[in-house]
Parts: sequence; C-alpha cells; structure tokens
Amino acid sequence: MKRLPSGVYNETYAQDMAVLRTKAHWGFAITGFLAAASLPLWLSPSLLQVVIKIAIYILAGIGLNILVGQAGQISMAHAGFMAVGAYTSAIVNNAGLPFILGIFCGGFFAGGVGIVVGFPSLRIKGYYLILATMAAQFIVIYIIENWTGLTGGMFGISAGRPVLFGLDFGSDPVMYEIVLLFLLAGTAFAQNLTRTRTGRAFIALRDNDLAAEVMGINIARYKLIAFFIGCFYAGVAGALIAHWMGAITTHLFGMSLSIWLLAYILIGGLGSNVGPFLGVPLLVLISELLTLMTSSLSMSFPWLLTTIVPLHDLIYGVAIMFFLIFEPRGLAHRWSIFKVSYRLWPFSY
Amino acid sequence: MEFFFQLVASGAAIGGVYALVGLGLVLIYKATGVLNIAQGSVLMLMAFITYSFSVQLGLPFYLAVVFSLLVSMLIGVLIERVCLRPMIGQPLFSTIMMTIGVMLVFQSIPVMIWGTSLKSYPEYLPQKSYNVGGVLISSDYLWGFIISLCLFSVFFLYFRYSRSGIVMRAVADDQQAAQSMGVNISRISAIAWAFSCLVAAAGGIVLATVTSVGIFLSPIGLKAWPAVIIGGLDSIAGALLGGVIVGVLEGLSGGYLEQSFMGIKEVAPYFILLIILLIKPYGLFGLKRIERI
Repeated sequence: MKRLPSGVYNETYAQDMAVLRTKAHWGFAITGFLAAASLPLWLSPSLLQVVIKIAIYILAGIGLNILVGQAGQISMAHAGFMAVGAYTSAIVNNAGLPFILGIFCGGFFAGGVGIVVGFPSLRIKGYYLILATMAAQFIVIYIIENWTGLTGGMFGISAGRPVLFGLDFGSDPVMYEIVLLFLLAGTAFAQNLTRTRTGRAFIALRDNDLAAEVMGINIARYKLIAFFIGCFYAGVAGALIAHWMGAITTHLFGMSLSIWLLAYILIGGLGSNVGPFLGVPLLVLISELLTLMTSSLSMSFPWLLTTIVPLHDLIYGVAIMFFLIFEPRGLAHRWSIFKVSYRLWPFSY
Repeated sequence: MEFFFQLVASGAAIGGVYALVGLGLVLIYKATGVLNIAQGSVLMLMAFITYSFSVQLGLPFYLAVVFSLLVSMLIGVLIERVCLRPMIGQPLFSTIMMTIGVMLVFQSIPVMIWGTSLKSYPEYLPQKSYNVGGVLISSDYLWGFIISLCLFSVFFLYFRYSRSGIVMRAVADDQQAAQSMGVNISRISAIAWAFSCLVAAAGGIVLATVTSVGIFLSPIGLKAWPAVIIGGLDSIAGALLGGVIVGVLEGLSGGYLEQSFMGIKEVAPYFILLIILLIKPYGLFGLKRIERI
C-alpha cells in the first residue's frame, strides 16, 4: 500500500482516489510538465530530436506495458503495429485529411489489426502466443512491403507535414509539443485504466486466468480489449513517428524494435506505469551515445566500426540479463523505494 | 513436374537442418520447459567457432568439428548455469527475455570478433551431384540431410531407451514427481542445454557447409520456430516433420510464387504457422494441455 507523508490523511473518497493527492504533488506535476514543455527553448536541435524519439517510444512503451505488463499477453509484434499506425496515418493524410485525424485513424486501425492478431490468444498462451505474434510481425511487414500500390513498397511513403487550421506545425519544437500532449493524455489514460474494472481484470488475467474466469471475468473480451488498447498506443506512436520524420520505410519498424520495446519496459519495470518513463530514456540515450561515438570515431578509426556497431546489441543483451537477475522489478521498483524513503525522511516511519 | 520434385528435394534437405535446430529447441523444452530463442544465434556462433578452429588455427576439419562440438556443450552448460538458473520460479516473460538477452549477446560477439564478411570452410565433402530418380541433388544437401537424420535417430533412441533420456522425459512431465523419485533436476537441465547447443552446433556446421559462414545464419535459425510449432513443441518426431514441411513449403513458394509475390519465401512458414495455430493450437503432435476456457 502507498505510504503517505506524515500529516496527510484521506478524509473523503475523492481524496483516497486522487492520483495527485497533495499540493506538493500538483506542484511537482505542473512544474515538471512546464519544464518538459520548455525543453525546445534550451536544447540544441539534435538533442531535441533525441528527446522527441524518447517521448514517442515512451508512448509506445506505455501501450506495450498495458498489454504485456498488466494483461500478461506477451506480444513480439509491437513494432509491426507501430508500422500499421504509421502507414495508415500517412495514407489518410496524403488523401487530404488533417493529420490529427490521420493519427487517430492510425491508432484505431492498429488497434483493429491488434484484435485480429489477438484472436489466437483466445486459444493459446505462453510460448505459442509469443510465436504467433512473432509471425504476425513478419507478416505485417511483408504485407506493407508488398502492397506497393498503397504503401510505396520498399521505397517507403512520405507523410505530410503536420498542418492544422492552415498552420504548419512541421518544425521540430512544435512537433515536440504535440508529442508531449499525446504523451500526457496517454499517461493519464494508462494511470486511470489501472484503477478501473478493466485494469483490475487485466491484472487478474495475468496472474491466473483460470481464477479470473471463475471470478466472472470474460477472458476472451478482456484479452481482446488489452490487445486493442496496447495496439492503439502503438498505432498513435507510429503515426507520430511518420509525421515527425516526414518519410518512413518498413526498416524503422523491424523485429529488433519489437525486441527493444520489450527491453525498455522490462528494464523500466514491468506492469508499472512509471516503467517506460525510466527504461526508455536510459536505453535510448545509450544507443544515441553509441551512434554518436560511431560517427565521430569512424572518421579516424575505420576499423573500430565493426566493433562498436554490434556493441549496441551487446549492451542491450547484457542490460536485459543484468536486470532480470538482480532487479527483475526494474527501475520502477528502485524509484518507489526511493520515494518511500524521501517522503518519510529523516524519520524511518 | 521435374521442377516440382527438384524444389521438394532441395526444400526437404534444407528442412532437415531446420528440423535439427528445432530438435535443440524441443530438447530444452521437454526437459526444462523453456523455449530457447537464442538457438539461432548459438548456431551462428558455433559455425564461426568451427571456422576459427579449422581455418584460422589450421586444424584438420574433422578435429575442428569435434572441438567445436565440445565447446558448444560447454556453452550450453554455461548458459544454463549463469542465465537460466536464476530464472527458476520466475514468470514466463522473464525466461523469454533472458533468452532474448542471450540471443543479443551471441549475435553481437561474432560480429565483433570475425566481422561481417562471408567465410567458408575448406571443402571436405566430394563436390558432385547425385541423380536420385531424375532429380539432381548436390552432395552438400544430401550429406546435410543424412547427418540430420542420423542425429535425429540417435536422440530418438536416446529418449526412448537410455536411462538419462527417460529421466529427462520424467522431468519434463512433472518436475516435482521426478525430484521425489531421486532425480537431480539441475543436472538434467544442464545436460539438456548441453545437448541442445551440441545439436545447434551440428546444424550450424551443416548449414554453413551448404551455404557459407556469416551473420545471416542467425535469422535462418528463426525458421526452426515455425517448424517446432507446426510439429508441436514437445514432440521430437514433430520437429522432424515440421522442419521438412517448412523446408518444402519454403522451396515451393520460392519456386512458384516468387515472381508474383517478392519475398514470399521468407514469410510462407509464418503464414502456415498462424493457420496451424488457429486450427490445432498445440501443433500436429504436441501434448494437449486440457483447459476449459
């Protein structure tokens, strides 16, 4: 149970249910959001791109966390769903509709594809489900690559600039604010979902599906809902990537991204809504640092290139193993330990 | 029609290798209940190590094979002790991510050591083609298939008649019951991992002989998954059949559909995998776990 700072009591039901309880909470949240929103003012353009990438991946990570961490349906096709969202949004936008509509179309269509992929999950689970979703990943990418008339095939597709009410939102700082708004909405939804009947049903499903069934939870329905919500997030994140980059190919959404997303939420903390906020920045910063190192060193030491490029996978692999053995609950667990101790500091209880 | 048989024959030969890699997956799954996603990368690593022994150290090829088989067993035991042992009692997601971590590590190490250029073994098989009923089969493929079949029969007999094979099946069936009968479970799972990596190494050497040594070998190992799922995760005969089915399907779709659907060869096994999962969720020969949902 959450431990409250001394002097804070729950006197009404509304107080007990509030996500942000105290004035300090609200202060932190608002300052934090404003600080995040002001990042384009003082970050260099290249650093801002990294931050946008992190924000979009966090959004995708939240969706995957709902699907894998809370509902327990392991999906190795998350990058595939992102691709579905990205291409849908690009196509809708190229047809002349506003990009906001495109993003939501991307989300809903990815969610629909997610339900189709989720259908096997009604009969199978565990390793069989993992392999089914992996097959889905390959098949989705294959269909996108070969439906040349609609998607441009191997050459990719260009997504229109984000234009709303006749204004061009295409520059990186504005795109960042849009991504941030989506991230805020996504986080608020995920945090509240955990506390609803649906969220609790997911957790029951994950912990013991037979017991959940006995408790009166319609397993088939909630599995599909979990797939829809998780893939909706993926679709929106993919659509944001499409409009941010302007042009996309399927290489952006390969199997490796699916695996990395799983690594992000694992290292962040599985099933915790804080998890993606801790895991994604850590790992994305590591890979960006390696990319930077590669590009700067390849000029003077070309032979180092073959050593540094695989180093990325090596670090990810070792990080996954390290966290699984020493901190299976991820960074979120450390964070909650820290939170409890600073709340009561300097007294132990 | 000759074209058809040609495709079937070469597909079946490649399928033999898939079946061999799939056998490694089934071995671990039967004994420890873990699906080893790193199998393909172990296969690639062992192909590279064999290359090192035979070309870079200049050992005779057969000696190099023996050495690398020994190394592969060592690697298997090491993976089991270091990585999978702490995962006992953890949820399924943890074991999956652990094998993914192992896969990432084993995929990157060969690139760091041996680079990305293609390499090949010294020729140790007679380079000629055999005419089997009007169908030409190159000796590489034929020998690969024969080696796979031999290893298959060895493991089949091992599981059926030897003491430790039977013990392994008992562990797979019910860990607690096996333990109460005096079975040392940790030793059994170490043996299973050693055998599985040995089989992967054999598959890697066969595959690298047919093609060449390179980082493309690791994704080929992925093809073993559709194979074992089609056959059922816990059936050795199923792995053989699944592997051949996947190989033949790949050959046929590559031969007939490649003009109209580019790249169908790579995805065809996964289409079949999804269809089979929808019709028979536990594969053709897999053990059905009866659940009422």
